[in-house]
Amino acid sequence: MTLQVLAIDDSRTMRNLLSATLSVAGYRVSLAEDGEDGLAKFDESDPDVVITDINMPRLDGFGFIEAARSRARSRVVPILVLTTESAPELKARAREAGASGWIVKPFDEEKLVWAIERVAATGGSS
Amino acid sequence: MTVDRDEFRESFFEECDELLEAMHDGFDRLSGQQDDEETMHAVFRAVHSIKGGAGAFGLNHLVRFAHHFETALDKVRSGKLDLDDELLDLFRQCGDNLSDLVGAAREGGDTPCPGTGTLNERLDDVLGTDGHVEDPEEPEFEPVVLDFGDFDLPGDDSGMSIRFTALPGLFKSGNDPVVLFAALEKLGTVEVTADLADIGDLDSLEPGVCAIRWTIDYSGNATEEEVREVFEFVEDLCTLEIEVKSPGLPDLDAEVPDLPADLLPSVASLDPVKADGATLDKGARPKERSGAKQDQDDRKPGGTIRVDLEKIDKLINLVGELVIKEAMLAQSIADLGPPSESEISVGFESLKALAGEIQEGVMAIRAQPVKPMFQRMARIVREAASATGKKVRFVTNGEYTEVDKTVVERLVDPLTHMIRNAVDHGLEKSEARVAAGKPAEGTVTLSAAHRSGRVMIDISDDGGGINRDRVRQIAVERGLINESDSLSPSEIENLLFLPGFSSASEVSELSGRGVGLDVVRSEIHRLGGRVSIQSDPGEGTTFSISLPLTLAVLEGMIIQVAGQTMVVPISAIQETLQPKSAAIHDIATGGRLVRNRDGLVPIIDVGEFFGFRSEPRDLDPHVLLLIESDDSHRYALVVDEIQDQRQVVIKSLETNYQQIDGIAAATILGDGRIALIIDPDNIVRGSGAKMAGDLNLQLAV
Repeated sequence: MTLQVLAIDDSRTMRNLLSATLSVAGYRVSLAEDGEDGLAKFDESDPDVVITDINMPRLDGFGFIEAARSRARSRVVPILVLTTESAPELKARAREAGASGWIVKPFDEEKLVWAIERVAATGGSS
Repeated sequence: MTVDRDEFRESFFEECDELLEAMHDGFDRLSGQQDDEETMHAVFRAVHSIKGGAGAFGLNHLVRFAHHFETALDKVRSGKLDLDDELLDLFRQCGDNLSDLVGAAREGGDTPCPGTGTLNERLDDVLGTDGHVEDPEEPEFEPVVLDFGDFDLPGDDSGMSIRFTALPGLFKSGNDPVVLFAALEKLGTVEVTADLADIGDLDSLEPGVCAIRWTIDYSGNATEEEVREVFEFVEDLCTLEIEVKSPGLPDLDAEVPDLPADLLPSVASLDPVKADGATLDKGARPKERSGAKQDQDDRKPGGTIRVDLEKIDKLINLVGELVIKEAMLAQSIADLGPPSESEISVGFESLKALAGEIQEGVMAIRAQPVKPMFQRMARIVREAASATGKKVRFVTNGEYTEVDKTVVERLVDPLTHMIRNAVDHGLEKSEARVAAGKPAEGTVTLSAAHRSGRVMIDISDDGGGINRDRVRQIAVERGLINESDSLSPSEIENLLFLPGFSSASEVSELSGRGVGLDVVRSEIHRLGGRVSIQSDPGEGTTFSISLPLTLAVLEGMIIQVAGQTMVVPISAIQETLQPKSAAIHDIATGGRLVRNRDGLVPIIDVGEFFGFRSEPRDLDPHVLLLIESDDSHRYALVVDEIQDQRQVVIKSLETNYQQIDGIAAATILGDGRIALIIDPDNIVRGSGAKMAGDLNLQLAV
């Protein structure tokens, strides 16, 4: 089973980089431009892992995580926050909203995949 | 597993352009409404996104400045700082500097621009920081390169005993101990033992709370730090104890060692149990990493695609051919002479309409809104205003007017020049304005619009207008006209376009860069455009530029000269004359002039110029095309007959043959014949020697 990863970022450059990195790593990728779009894709693509930016128009990352967490699901989908912010209070806010982990931009490809490996059941083991 | 980020560089810079545009837009909006929160957020996000992307490409100078800038924007955004005119002005300058840094990075130099230092200091003043903004690039997660092949690491085959207890909230955060153990397994061999002692009755089980504790025996070459990193996301959601065993020692303490009493209340009754679900067997997990290719289609690039310009130009060329073939077919059908309502004629008409639409559509691909260029001009205005100490309001209209990409690019220099002129020479100093009963702040307006198949761009100021006496005086001093010449107001204004008009006494810090309006005009002419001036004393000056929508087709007049069919760009022709013998005057030096309303115009025979014939004595059966050349003088070109006026597709002659004097390009006519497109300016220059002497004469009459 190939992991389905949903990447949410308002920057097209970031989306392109994420999409390329994740595809090369062997994941199936869906992309969203902001929190609202992310929620729609979240419902639509039923991802195994979500990577989301924080600063976005319409609905920001915190809002997305809270809304995603309120969705009825048989399992809690891991959500990784990918952001340039590294302030502890923002991390705490992300955690409070329900984030599973965080990655600070600029991300390293290995690092990103490694982070996904740490939160996503890559299948078969459970 | 590497992604070539260079591939994404260009698209990053394209996105930067959009973000910078959004940022500048935001500042424009904020200048009218400083408490517009939504706009402030948008500006912040734009700068923030540039920073994020720049980080991915290792553009450190850009990241650092963007970070500093963003920090200040964030203060305003979060209400910790009030936005006033002064701060907005600083932000605008920072925005300009950010554009510069992006530009420099795009050119391959991630270097600080000259203004960066000063702006950083001013940002520090605003922020109350001492110049040491914390490095935005200090990631909490240092990228770790996992090198499984290299076994001579210090922790070589070390063993660790890890005790892991999940706190409430771990599951809710989307983390899962099993996944963490699986990640740990990637670093070496793990044996997981679950302690089920705390699992109570079914009734007392809480779904969100994990009652199992684990002990993991790890052996591998990872360091303790690397192992801790696996649990990084849950460090606040678990208790983690790691005990490093000396390398090489046998795994004697495999059984649970020294468990605190409170963790294991009934050690005696419950032996550690190996729970199937928690035992991770190496190799038992299927790895499916081959699906990368089949999923490429899932990538959604958004609403635009990038296309090589060459492909578009090829398409434009092909459409040009299509239009030519269509014209040829039209001629053949006309020659056959079927009735106009015949099936073939009706079918052809709809084909023709379709071809026209395709042509328009293809041309539209190359069309771009002038907005980014206008934004560059906003900056020029700001810089010019601060250099001259004038207060200037910049107004733009029609910024979504679309113009051919090449035209937009080549307009930047002429427009920059004219905008600088408007601020520097056009607008008066504040005191003078107030004295004249005008607002102290001057206004420069840049507008674009489509009008009858052309693009019109106007640059106007509400300054004092052109001082005609002064212009006249300068022109006399420079020997461009004679003291006694009588010129109409518009002729005087057009003197500004003469080469050699602007010089030392005109040169100021700002506009005096050795480039005169003559250069502006010839560049616009090269684009197939025309420029004119309108000025009202005391009210201001407007420069109007008229440009073709595309450089691929040209509105041409089809003419006959000595049996040759040629094309003259309509944009060059001011009027056509049927010469009457009476209006033609011979002059002693051998040339001829035609009298037309307010002057005598030198005559040039196109046939003679190209060596088709010697100039005909009797001009009566001919036609004169009145053109205005780059140097503002008018000439009359002699042709034999005007046949038609229509769009022709421009085919470069230079790429296929070579540059020929007097010829701009070639085209293919409806009957399949090739016709040369005349470059009137070039003809005038080519036949210039004897005409030079005539110039003053023309003006003198």
